[in-house]
Amino acid sequence: MPAPVITATDLTKTYGDFAAVDGISFEVAPGESFGLLGPNGAGKSTTMRMVGAVSTRTSGSLRILDLDPDDSGPEIRAQLGVVPQADNLDLELRARDNLLVYGRYFGIPRKVVHRRADELLAFAQLEDRAKAKVDDLSGGMKRRLTIARALINDPRILLLDEPTTGLDPQARHILWDRLFRLKEQGTTLVLTTHYMDEAEQLCDRLVVVDKGAIMAEGSPADLIRRYSSREVLEVRFGSDRNEAVAERLAGTGDRIEVLPDRVLIYSANGEAVLTRITEQGLHPLTSLVRRSSLEDVFLRLTGRSLIE
Amino acid sequence: MSGPLRRGTGTPFATDPAVSDAAGGSAQARAAIAAGSRPRRFGAWYVTEHRLRGMASYRGTIIATGIGNPLVYLFALGVGLATLVDRNLDGSSVGDVGYLAFVAPALLATAAVTIASEEFTYPIFGGFKWNPIFFAINAAPISPRQIVDGQLLAVLFRMLPSCVVYYLVMLVFGAVPSMLGWLSILAAVATGMAVGAVLMSYTATLQTDTGQIAMLMRFGLTPMFLFSGTFFPLSQLPVGLQWIGWISPLWHGTELGRVFSYGHAEPLWLTVLHVAYLSAWLVVGWLVSRRVATRRLNK
Amino acid sequence: MSVLERSGTGRQLPAGMRALYAGNARSVVARGLLATRSTNWLVVLSGFFEPVFYLLAMGFGLGGLVGAVSTSTGQDVSYGAFIAPALLAVSAMNGAVYDSTWNVFFKMNYSKLYQGMLSTSLGPLDVAFGEIGLALLRGAVYATGFLIVMQVLGLNLSFFALLALPAVMLVAFAFASFGMVITSYMKTFQQMDWINFVMLPMFLFSATFYPLSVYPEWIQVVIQALPLWHAVELMRGLTTGAVSVAMVWHVLYFVAMIAVGLVFTTRRLRVLFLD
Repeated sequence: MPAPVITATDLTKTYGDFAAVDGISFEVAPGESFGLLGPNGAGKSTTMRMVGAVSTRTSGSLRILDLDPDDSGPEIRAQLGVVPQADNLDLELRARDNLLVYGRYFGIPRKVVHRRADELLAFAQLEDRAKAKVDDLSGGMKRRLTIARALINDPRILLLDEPTTGLDPQARHILWDRLFRLKEQGTTLVLTTHYMDEAEQLCDRLVVVDKGAIMAEGSPADLIRRYSSREVLEVRFGSDRNEAVAERLAGTGDRIEVLPDRVLIYSANGEAVLTRITEQGLHPLTSLVRRSSLEDVFLRLTGRSLIE
Repeated sequence: MSGPLRRGTGTPFATDPAVSDAAGGSAQARAAIAAGSRPRRFGAWYVTEHRLRGMASYRGTIIATGIGNPLVYLFALGVGLATLVDRNLDGSSVGDVGYLAFVAPALLATAAVTIASEEFTYPIFGGFKWNPIFFAINAAPISPRQIVDGQLLAVLFRMLPSCVVYYLVMLVFGAVPSMLGWLSILAAVATGMAVGAVLMSYTATLQTDTGQIAMLMRFGLTPMFLFSGTFFPLSQLPVGLQWIGWISPLWHGTELGRVFSYGHAEPLWLTVLHVAYLSAWLVVGWLVSRRVATRRLNK
Repeated sequence: MSVLERSGTGRQLPAGMRALYAGNARSVVARGLLATRSTNWLVVLSGFFEPVFYLLAMGFGLGGLVGAVSTSTGQDVSYGAFIAPALLAVSAMNGAVYDSTWNVFFKMNYSKLYQGMLSTSLGPLDVAFGEIGLALLRGAVYATGFLIVMQVLGLNLSFFALLALPAVMLVAFAFASFGMVITSYMKTFQQMDWINFVMLPMFLFSATFYPLSVYPEWIQVVIQALPLWHAVELMRGLTTGAVSVAMVWHVLYFVAMIAVGLVFTTRRLRVLFLD
């Protein structure tokens, strides 16, 4: 394995008594697409800020590109591209000017930055919006412009904090397509998300984070195999009956989770379980058999749902 | 479609490998150190460029007020109001000159403070909050200190030419008796930057604006503008109110300007005190702003 | 248009008006008062101090240099008594203009407050009248406070000063209705900046700090065409007691300004929200 571009060991960040990040360790290899999956408040963004060399750690060690962010923040940031959770484009400048101004921050000569700005506008499918005011762009376009801005310095690592939160489904798919291209070209991606479909789409490997700590680590398929069954049967008996019925469902699958609105039964064969239930004389209002997802992994690991 | 995003073999610009890092032995560390050298050296200037580009979208009103304000103020006060004052005092008893010459350096310093109060209040708070570009800049290889320095530089680049234009209009009105009058430009700019640096050290701390900036304008800047020996000598105020002038950077800046523009007679130690007082505001405001920005951006 | 068919609104309004006006501006005022109470009432209240600071600094500090001044009616008054009514007029103008321009611009474009209001039964004219009502309320509070300060300082030279309060309302209404029209054309902050650019010379030149007589004839004529000059003369006549029939012209000036302002406001709102 080539030398990792990021190495975190027992990384910790506390605010007063509160540990936002509580001793997490991970490595990211060059060219890898690495995800931090967890609910809001899990410590993902804090971790990203430390990796982005804009937040000093409380303890533990962190090396990015073989440098310590406490000593070499500017040097590390010169090699990073950062897409923050909330867009922070300059609203007073037009789309292309945002790229030009940002390119200068990396000391890129004016001529070079002009050329790159045009190339990146094309990559972000915003050529015809070059002169548009940022405020007049849609949410998806702003996001793409932010990604273009993050690429202005041809970064070694691209950090994306909740890249598609708040976007409509179509805008998300356009964005995923762009990120996938970057991945194919060998850009190292580090992203946080609380969407399991996003993690499954984009991540080679991910860690599940909750309350500042890592709960599990592996590829999406690997995690699902390890922490969940192949299929899940979702049944609803009505909000007030689910709990009572759940007791009678015991033993029909490998494992049962009772949520407020439905009951999940984990098993290798969902249809077979449904047949068994019906034979017992239980008739759910609705039923659905689906493949296991990272959501189920998370539920298994924490006893809670990802999006609450 | 691979051009801009191919993994680069290096940075496309000249770099300076002088920066040292304890463990900077590996190739990727060396590349990072090279890429970081220009931002480390010129970061504040890049921030200045950015801020000036933002101001450029207001160039219409900046130019119009830059020329219009001195004309309007000097005409209204230096000509209109001066008619009353000079008639009443029979010529020259406001600090030994006509009212026009008396009020002009004060208006010049006030113009600089007004620019500071525009540029160091909402734009600074906004850069942390409404349109948090300071976080974006800091995510690039630019330090919080460089962001603060860049703000100061950019405003200086707006304030200095504005004050020069103001001074030229003063000359047209015949408001500058002394040959050393041009030094009052420096006094005005020093006053503006001193007030601005301190304003920034406060507005950079604001988490929300529920009217703090409006209150600051109302109970800080407006009284300062009115009670700093600007329109009338401080001695016109009751002794109990004269302290407002003594602590006001605008009073010190105005009196300093008067020394230059018409040879206002005051002891040398007082002139030195004006310079020292303004320098203290500037340096304290600057250092505190740097500290506040560093804390706020490094969450 | 379905609005035409709707019946039973009680009051008789021209057909096109009903789409603009639901006769419920008071709910906009009520919302404004509630918002003020729960957020920034201290800031709102602090606006009262602005003209008071000016009065203290200019009236007393500068007054020592200026001495007595002749008003346009030939009366010699102290400098404080000369500028106090002018400051009253200026604060009526500034408050009304601010409330109808920056305030409305911000709510329209940034806080998107009006979108929510207009999705109820309220029409754009309700919002406009509501904002003007709020501006007037605020203006009345400031003016009352300022007149009390003038009284304490002995700057009200006549009982006619009591009439300055309704006069302030009139002036504020005129500026606010005009401000609405201006704001309806504004798209960016840059354009908004020009409002201040126009206000400053008007503030300084309209016989506020010295009598018009210091100017050459032709400048006097230009200034006499501007609304602030009429406001200053009206207030000054009332607080110094130099009341005459000629003051009716000042009143008529503002009545005309209100009429024109409202007609254009209505027209602009129709363009912005209905067409």
